[in-house]
Amino acid sequence: MIDRLFGDLTRAGLAALAAFVLLLLVLPGFATGYILSVTTIILYLAFVGQAWNLMLGFAGLLSIGHALFMGIGAYASAYLFARHGLPPIVGLIVGGGLAVAVGAAISALAFRFAIGGVYFALLTIAFAEFTRIMVDHARFLGGTEGLFLPVSAESRQGFDLFHLRGRPEMFYYVIMLLCLGAHALCRWLLTSRAGYYWRAVRDNPQAAEALGVNIFRYRMYAVMVSSGMAATAGVFYAFFYNNLFPEQIFSVERSIEMTLAPIVGGVGTLFGPIFGAFVLTPLGEVLTWAIEWLQHEEIIGKQVKVDGVKLLFWGIAVAAIVLLQPRGLWPWACKRLGLIRAPEDREEGR
Amino acid sequence: MSTLLDVAGVGKSFKGLRAVHDVSFQVSEKEIFALIGPNGAGKTTTFNLIAGAIRTDTGGIRFAGRDIVGLRPDQICDAGIGRTFQIVMPFPDLTVLENVMVGALHGETDVAAARRRALDCLALLELDTRRHVYAANLTLPDRKRLEVARALATRPRLLLLDEVMAGLRPTETDRMVAILKRLRAETGLTILLIEHVMRAVMALSDRVLVLHHGERIAEGTPEEVTADPAVLECYLGSAPV
Repeated sequence: MIDRLFGDLTRAGLAALAAFVLLLLVLPGFATGYILSVTTIILYLAFVGQAWNLMLGFAGLLSIGHALFMGIGAYASAYLFARHGLPPIVGLIVGGGLAVAVGAAISALAFRFAIGGVYFALLTIAFAEFTRIMVDHARFLGGTEGLFLPVSAESRQGFDLFHLRGRPEMFYYVIMLLCLGAHALCRWLLTSRAGYYWRAVRDNPQAAEALGVNIFRYRMYAVMVSSGMAATAGVFYAFFYNNLFPEQIFSVERSIEMTLAPIVGGVGTLFGPIFGAFVLTPLGEVLTWAIEWLQHEEIIGKQVKVDGVKLLFWGIAVAAIVLLQPRGLWPWACKRLGLIRAPEDREEGR
Repeated sequence: MSTLLDVAGVGKSFKGLRAVHDVSFQVSEKEIFALIGPNGAGKTTTFNLIAGAIRTDTGGIRFAGRDIVGLRPDQICDAGIGRTFQIVMPFPDLTVLENVMVGALHGETDVAAARRRALDCLALLELDTRRHVYAANLTLPDRKRLEVARALATRPRLLLLDEVMAGLRPTETDRMVAILKRLRAETGLTILLIEHVMRAVMALSDRVLVLHHGERIAEGTPEEVTADPAVLECYLGSAPV
């Protein structure tokens, strides 16, 4: 089992992965509240990035509307909790099921009519957008005024996993386990029959079909797994932030935000989305400090608006990656550090 | 010998251009049957009709007694027909072994078992030393062999080979011929091939069907068809003096 899941890693790669997991486990022991919250956001982005990467990187399906699935999970669980007092596990089942069903419906529509590539991406945007408009007008979901989850100062101190009410450390551990779980799931899927079929469909659908692959079905599986994962992230998001607004949750920006970490880290790689999140978010934070410092030192006037700087930076980062390391930073780092074994070294075992 | 593939009066037009017209033939079990003809004769179209890549306008196709018209390519594969592509279609970002494993996973959910089967197929096609090379980095003759190995890995009863000898050197052609003959002897595989390399057609085929302008003009043993005046005319432009 270990060899099947981690057979692509060298000894150094395994050690690096183990060290990474260990560091994540002990981090709350010494990290400041700020570091912990940034790391929580990083892990959230790494988790949704893996969900998105499963579709594009493994199965070759580009989604720019992943906020839809994430939002369904977020709204379903928040609604059930805030209005009916049902715990997030119920929200996860309902929201996840709904997101998977919507994913299946979109895929059925797209693949039945052979809508592929960029047109599929446009379809995902369209669904996210009109869900946003629908939620805008849905009174029971709070509409444009937003949906709020009840929190008390007392509940912020607890560790109530069942209701996802508790200290920042609890949220940190939840998203860490989700992120590592997603990584294990991706490793397992990629080394299973579905993984081989996905990569075949990605590389050449016509040849895959001739080899007996039901491309309609396997594409749909990819969308379903990915949308279920995104909905799970949505449940976490809802309980972590406690407030949901349609224009925030279902915006195209949120969908694009999910694509950045995998693009920077390496689309189609297993660890790329995680690596990308750990590179991009801290850089964004450093940028924020830098601007604050510049304003503090009055090098830039305080009246200058700098809201868009992070977005601009991310745009430049993605452009630079696409131009300089189109396969992403993670494959490049692996090569430099010798973390991944060449195919010919895998079969001998360790 | 019983008939495995029965093509009865199939026809296909593309925007008024008649690519295949009223073509009929039968392939028996364990037979090696060749489809030849000049460029544009409709050979690949006939192949694509059988493989389900395109749909027939007229006529019927039966495989092992079952009507297979209208089935999708993956259903055709399920029925027991494996195919190669004339313009090779490897999965470029997968290694040679992984390419063949995709084929071997047909009807097999155990990845380790598929891997063993893929290795067997690679050994048969003498590609095992290249198994860890990414398919994007293969030479053309190796890609042709990869096509055959991948199709073979799906455990077909009938193998459709579209110009797998094109671009091979004569010694390589002879090797491929030997491999295919061995396959038939050992596994009872039936083969339908399109081929321009007459050296291979003559050495391999039990029977040959000649197509010209989408129509059947001759059928028989390799010796018979190469002596047929109509065949010589379509290849050389006029009857021999």
